Amino acid sequence: MVATVRPARRAPVTRNRMGALIALVVAVFLAFVLSLALGAQTLSPAEIWHAVIAPDPGSPATAIVRDLRLPRTVLGLLIGLALGAAGALMQGHTRNPLADPGLLGISAGASFAVVIAIQFGVTGLTGYIWFAFAGALLASLAVFSIAAGRRGGPTPVTLALAGMAISALLSSFTQSMLISDDASLNVFRFWVVGSLSGRGTEVAVEVAPFIAAGLILALANAPALNALGLGDDVARALGQRVLAARTVGVTAVVLLAGAATAACGPIAFLGLIVPHAARALTGPDHRWLIPCSALAGAATLLVADVIGRLVVRPAELQTGIVLAAVGAPFFILLVRRRAGVVKL
Amino acid sequence: MTATLVRPPGRRPVAAGPIGGTVSVRSVVVGLAGLVATAAVAVFSISHGSFTIPPGDVVDTLLGGGTAAQKLIVLDLRLPRILAALLVGAALAVSGALTQTFARNPLASPDVLGVTNGASLGAVAVIVLGGSSVIGVPLAALAGGLITATIVYVLAWRRGVDGYRLVLIGIGVGEIAIGGVNWFLVRAEIIDATRATIWLNGSVAGADWDQVRPLSTALVVLLPLAVATAFTLQALQFEDDVARALGVRLQLAQAAVVLTAVALAAAAVSAAGPIEFVAFVVPQIALRLCGGSRPPLVVSAVLGALLVSGADLVARTALPGRELPVGLVTAIVGAPYLLWLLVRTNRRTT
Repeated sequence: MVATVRPARRAPVTRNRMGALIALVVAVFLAFVLSLALGAQTLSPAEIWHAVIAPDPGSPATAIVRDLRLPRTVLGLLIGLALGAAGALMQGHTRNPLADPGLLGISAGASFAVVIAIQFGVTGLTGYIWFAFAGALLASLAVFSIAAGRRGGPTPVTLALAGMAISALLSSFTQSMLISDDASLNVFRFWVVGSLSGRGTEVAVEVAPFIAAGLILALANAPALNALGLGDDVARALGQRVLAARTVGVTAVVLLAGAATAACGPIAFLGLIVPHAARALTGPDHRWLIPCSALAGAATLLVADVIGRLVVRPAELQTGIVLAAVGAPFFILLVRRRAGVVKL
Repeated sequence: MTATLVRPPGRRPVAAGPIGGTVSVRSVVVGLAGLVATAAVAVFSISHGSFTIPPGDVVDTLLGGGTAAQKLIVLDLRLPRILAALLVGAALAVSGALTQTFARNPLASPDVLGVTNGASLGAVAVIVLGGSSVIGVPLAALAGGLITATIVYVLAWRRGVDGYRLVLIGIGVGEIAIGGVNWFLVRAEIIDATRATIWLNGSVAGADWDQVRPLSTALVVLLPLAVATAFTLQALQFEDDVARALGVRLQLAQAAVVLTAVALAAAAVSAAGPIEFVAFVVPQIALRLCGGSRPPLVVSAVLGALLVSGADLVARTALPGRELPVGLVTAIVGAPYLLWLLVRTNRRTT
């Protein structure tokens, strides 16, 4: 008699990815409405509706919604989408769960450029945008070209290590400029915490095209990224052009994270945790992970921003701090669940 | 039938009593070269300062000779500082090598175990809230680091600790600590914020024998412990199941490695502040210089001591009349070297 050996029965982890996507879209919509309604003064849905559809120049509700909350909410939506997608891309391309969107030197490059801008006497948050973007771009260009060999492009490990080294180098330069300069430190410490407040409509308008282009590139990169996840050699054998896929992915990260950092300061942490949370919902397929991670990023950032406005009314708590205080515990709970850890 | 033992190329057999194994020739050469360089940096650093003592006299004084003035300057003023730099460097580098092997991730450093960020939160809280006269910044940092690491480990426990989950929970908890640090920095007076920023950059400037003594005690206990885990590390660098199949008691071995790494990092951070980059860069440099599949422990310790002592020398002599925090110089010196090693390896393999 031959005994048949049955594999041990395991409850399969089923994932309803379409359901997750729809739920996230709803969550983003709700967060968007909440962000318009809540703040120093609470507005009813009817007041918001009137302010958006039929603005009445005289009413305070219209002024609050159109001048203050709408630009800020749109910016939060854009930045959240950007960081969520960039984080998923970055973790996929470096095959490293510790990768965040700033790893390519983007956060450090932007910070360095902003400190230089402060020293040159540039003031105002809008003044820093182009400095930050240029810094992020140059730093990530340096990382990519150092990580890339003569041909074949960078491997996940060299990309991560070169990014880490350039980031450390640049933030050392930044810190050594700040350490002798209390005045600059006083300005910089508010920029570096990261916040959505005080950015007018023009900031959202300026970064929107970059984020839109980045999102399109990110979605286009998803199938190739799935193949790259099997290892560069296997991907090559499957017919992927590895260097091209890597370049598209890194370009998308730079556009997304560079624009986000330029607009709001380095809130890269969002892009570090959100992809892990999204992966628990969708599994490792990047065609689902990237859109879900983007939506989860937007919902998280908007909710964190609203909480920041409410807890110390009428003052505000910086978004970066709320994310750490509220987002991180939620993330820990998620990771502790049985199906919470989906390995890259 | 005779079994044929295949020795890996480039390794020599060694035996000390009942314990035997093979040692990579390249590691020995790199380690010895590192030791010589470290000794040279240490002697030069002691001789160099506002009052220069010739290197020959420094060695003489260290060996028990020298005039009374030389003894005061060398033994009481300059030796504690250089010792602190050497010990902190070695502790951070070994902690980093342990973490990177155990987490199977070259980006991992003691930060992902929550130690550094927790220590920063403890120290910054004490500085900003003005309690530094009550508890002292080093003690607050030590407590913050150990408590945070314990929280991470407990939260990651679900019928055993999975390395991947531990890392994810570590970054979550670490981020809460960073959020706390930023919150303190934003609401602090600018004087306290500056003081906290200086501490956050790391420095061995104020080190005296009171700091060196506990630090060296910690290292005397922990470094042999780290080397003792090397046998299980060799298996831990593979998947959990492979490590179990190789006969490692996974949870016990992991706990020993994590505990050693956390204790080393906490001791170093409490003495000198978070000199974060050392724990990341030194194991990667050592790995590339020695070859092999995981960062070597002993060579990492030597190169860590070399990097931090060299960086401290640069930090205090580069600008006349002003000191840079050593944590900044380690990155300015270490990062380009790692980048150069990466570029060189790329050229050779592609």
